[in-house]
Amino acid sequence: MSYEAVIGIETHVELNTASKMFCACPVDFGAEPNTRICPVCLGLPGAMPVLNRRAVESAIALGLTLNCRIDENSLFHRKNYFYPDLPKNYQVSQYDRPLATDGYLETETDEGPIRVGITRVHMEEDTGKSLHASEEGRIHAASHTLLDFNRSGVPLLEVVSEPDLRSPEQAHAYATELRGILLALGISDAKLEEGSIRFDANVSIRQVESDQLGTKVEVKNMNSLRSLQRALAFEIERQTDLAEKGGGEVQETRHWNETEARTSSMRSKEEAFDYRYFPEPDLLPVEVPPAWVEEVASRLPELPSARRARYQELGLDRRAARLLLEGDGLANVFETGIAAGGGAKPIANWLIGEVTAYLRRQAKTLAETPLRGEHLAELDRMVAAGRLSATTAKEVLAGVLAGEGSPSELAETRMMVGDTSALEPVVREVLSANPEAVVKLAAGDPKLLGFLVGQVMKATGGKADPKTVSELIHAMTKETDVK
Amino acid sequence: MSSLADLSIAAAAAGMREGTFRAVELLEAVLLRATFTEAQLHAYLNLDREGARAAAEAVDQSRAAGKETGPLAGIPIALKDNMVTRGLETTCSSKILAGYIPPYDATVVERLRQAGAVIVGKTNLDEFAMGSSTENSAYGPSRNPWDPERVPGGSSGGSAATVAAGSALGALGSDTGGSIRQPAALCGVVGMKPTYGRVSRYGLIAFASSLDQIGPITRTVEDAATLLSVIAGPDPHDSTSYPHPPPDFRSRLGRGVEGVRIGVVREFMGEGIDPQVLAASQETLDRLSQQGAILSEVSLPTCEHALSAYYLIAPAECSANLARFDGVRYGLRIAGSNTEEMMANSRAQGFGPEVTRRILLGTYALSAGYYEAFYIKAQQVRTLLIEEFRRAYAEVDVLVSPTSPTTAFPIGAKAADPLAMYLSDVCTIPSNLAGDPAISVPVGLDREGLPIGLQLMAPPLQEELLFQVASAVEAVASFQARPGLAVSEAAE
Repeated sequence: MSYEAVIGIETHVELNTASKMFCACPVDFGAEPNTRICPVCLGLPGAMPVLNRRAVESAIALGLTLNCRIDENSLFHRKNYFYPDLPKNYQVSQYDRPLATDGYLETETDEGPIRVGITRVHMEEDTGKSLHASEEGRIHAASHTLLDFNRSGVPLLEVVSEPDLRSPEQAHAYATELRGILLALGISDAKLEEGSIRFDANVSIRQVESDQLGTKVEVKNMNSLRSLQRALAFEIERQTDLAEKGGGEVQETRHWNETEARTSSMRSKEEAFDYRYFPEPDLLPVEVPPAWVEEVASRLPELPSARRARYQELGLDRRAARLLLEGDGLANVFETGIAAGGGAKPIANWLIGEVTAYLRRQAKTLAETPLRGEHLAELDRMVAAGRLSATTAKEVLAGVLAGEGSPSELAETRMMVGDTSALEPVVREVLSANPEAVVKLAAGDPKLLGFLVGQVMKATGGKADPKTVSELIHAMTKETDVK
Repeated sequence: MSSLADLSIAAAAAGMREGTFRAVELLEAVLLRATFTEAQLHAYLNLDREGARAAAEAVDQSRAAGKETGPLAGIPIALKDNMVTRGLETTCSSKILAGYIPPYDATVVERLRQAGAVIVGKTNLDEFAMGSSTENSAYGPSRNPWDPERVPGGSSGGSAATVAAGSALGALGSDTGGSIRQPAALCGVVGMKPTYGRVSRYGLIAFASSLDQIGPITRTVEDAATLLSVIAGPDPHDSTSYPHPPPDFRSRLGRGVEGVRIGVVREFMGEGIDPQVLAASQETLDRLSQQGAILSEVSLPTCEHALSAYYLIAPAECSANLARFDGVRYGLRIAGSNTEEMMANSRAQGFGPEVTRRILLGTYALSAGYYEAFYIKAQQVRTLLIEEFRRAYAEVDVLVSPTSPTTAFPIGAKAADPLAMYLSDVCTIPSNLAGDPAISVPVGLDREGLPIGLQLMAPPLQEELLFQVASAVEAVASFQARPGLAVSEAAE
């Protein structure tokens, strides 16, 4: 029997607004614990929420970008559950009247474009943080819990997708695209490792062509896009195994353990909470008149999909355009590179090739390297002018990434490969060491040119410009003729 | 009258303005009265003598220096202990908040201070404002100044008792289902619930957020209008506050009722209402008619369901509002073997039986599978009631009914019967559900010498009209009686 996966993703996004969702406290993640708090976000008796309009604007922007319908009168509800880091023991959130509904997101995968339905985008407040610590500072056998309410009340958006995703790869593409959109909108830092964007996945399997869904499992705690993909692959395999053994799936929430590379059960459906939602009486309906929506729409920046289309017009293929936008900061460096006069294709190839590989090897972000778009433009000019070979250019690029200097400085220390006077002695040496080849070349066998150029390249450690070399060989073999 | 403590706010303000007496003298008269009455009444949970003296002295100094003083300069005001006061213990009459010192002032407190008011102390209430007798206080009941064997009403019973007894010239209460008007009626004073949103709720410890409203308790209608003028108005901290500046609430006082159309609510003028209360109400209506008011009978049949709807909506909201009292950040903490148990223990021991009952009721009403049948249905009743009021106000200018079905009842009489207690608010609850302004004005005494209050109701934001008619009621009823407790001290 053949199975396919059915995946939907819930994404929590921390907004980077100046102040919190319902009070004037600053959103400031690095601050000393409990220094960004007030009666409202501490849930003190008598305190009341006041909605942050900037947060609503961020939600409108995302809703528009995801092609959603924006509700002119959405509502906040109270979501009731007891937890020590939830100061009011209810979370102010949106429930059956969210701000944005019925949208979609389009993205690219290696197998082609996909469209993913967006059920809703809603606003809510974040909780505080619990730190469980024992006297020895270890989590297990914790003797007490420390609470930090700096995060309490930070604005969140929750984006719920339709169960339209069919593979871990598609889920990865969706998450990547959504993250790219948030960064383009500038409404969130969208850092998975810091929790400013969090993905939970609902996954089930069903027989291919069947419209009967399997038992749904929610998977949590994926701290990178890669772990999202791995967790889903694991979960699909686990569920497929169970199905083939004759069932036994239970509706539950499972926790992804990155080091063990497996999911484990957190709680079953029977333990699921009854949140007793009801409309938040301390807040009025969120009025979003069409004029406000239009105003936000008029300020939307260029989105990843539009950028990809523009990059393809610049001559990049679909894959290159997509990879440029997936990597952190690659697209921006690409933009400055072409603005500085570099060629789109070579710059894109360096970024998605050498640069990406370097960052992965070094576990660095692009921002942590000195590489700028101008460097790549400079590099491209030197290659185009024949002053650097492709191979040497890559070496120079590695040097720039490692902080050794600018491309021109680094090229200086290497052979001036387009310089004929520097190359002449080398070519002469190669020619005299291979007299038979010279004779055959002179006799009109063109294959010998490639051989001789290769010998020169070998002798120069790949630093010579092949075009200059073949010109020199031509010139010198003519000399030989004369002799 | 021989004590400054028995002056109205208007008379006391005039006396200080004219230099007849100073704020400290007025305060000392009030504190002396409190010393005398508190032994029997327990209207205050916390008398802030030092804070009040400092405030009164500051007013006197400002005045002596020729500085402009606020409209309530030097006026001793009592606060129901569910409004937070910076640096002054605020308990809501609950064990769970014993010793809790708020770090900020409620908006109304801030506005009182700015107006120069002298805050005398914090008054007793039914725990978290849940009750109609002030017996549900974790710190013991308050008593009625007219008869200390009887309740002062509730939940703002402490505030009403201070104003009746003269241990404050005015007080603030909060009204969720009648908690200002019913104790005002039972204590023979004026109690007013403004339109929902007229007064900021920021700093009012919430019972039922969609119903709660702060309002004045005073001895005269004019004083109520003065006090309301100080505390009303938009507040950026309360999103539900009405966004426009309030009018001058005194603008139509004393204009009489000539041509004013008064609708008498049929459902509250018969069965279930004490005959003496009915008689006093009818007598007042007859006098209003003689003054040119146009009386008619109005039926509000949905009021029959108002009490039931209220006892679903209010507990539902309270179940969430009171969830924050968990022993984690402030208030009572009872240890447990883990955090969850600590929270459960703190709540179980911190809340009294009525609060626990309502939290359970509300939690149940919001639970999956019951929400539509209870909470949603109750909201539908609320919508119907609002429409019914709107239709009624197309025909009449104000509505009238008794405030409370009975006069003050003996302590303990209804303590064991929550439903009988809930019926105390049958006439007042509809205005909370509709969000409309309403006022109780004393109109007479029953045969046992206990005060009777008449309730007036008006359309949303029509407080000026409400005060106009209330001042006419005050004039025709000419209620001059003072509770025995106040009179006996004054005689000493």
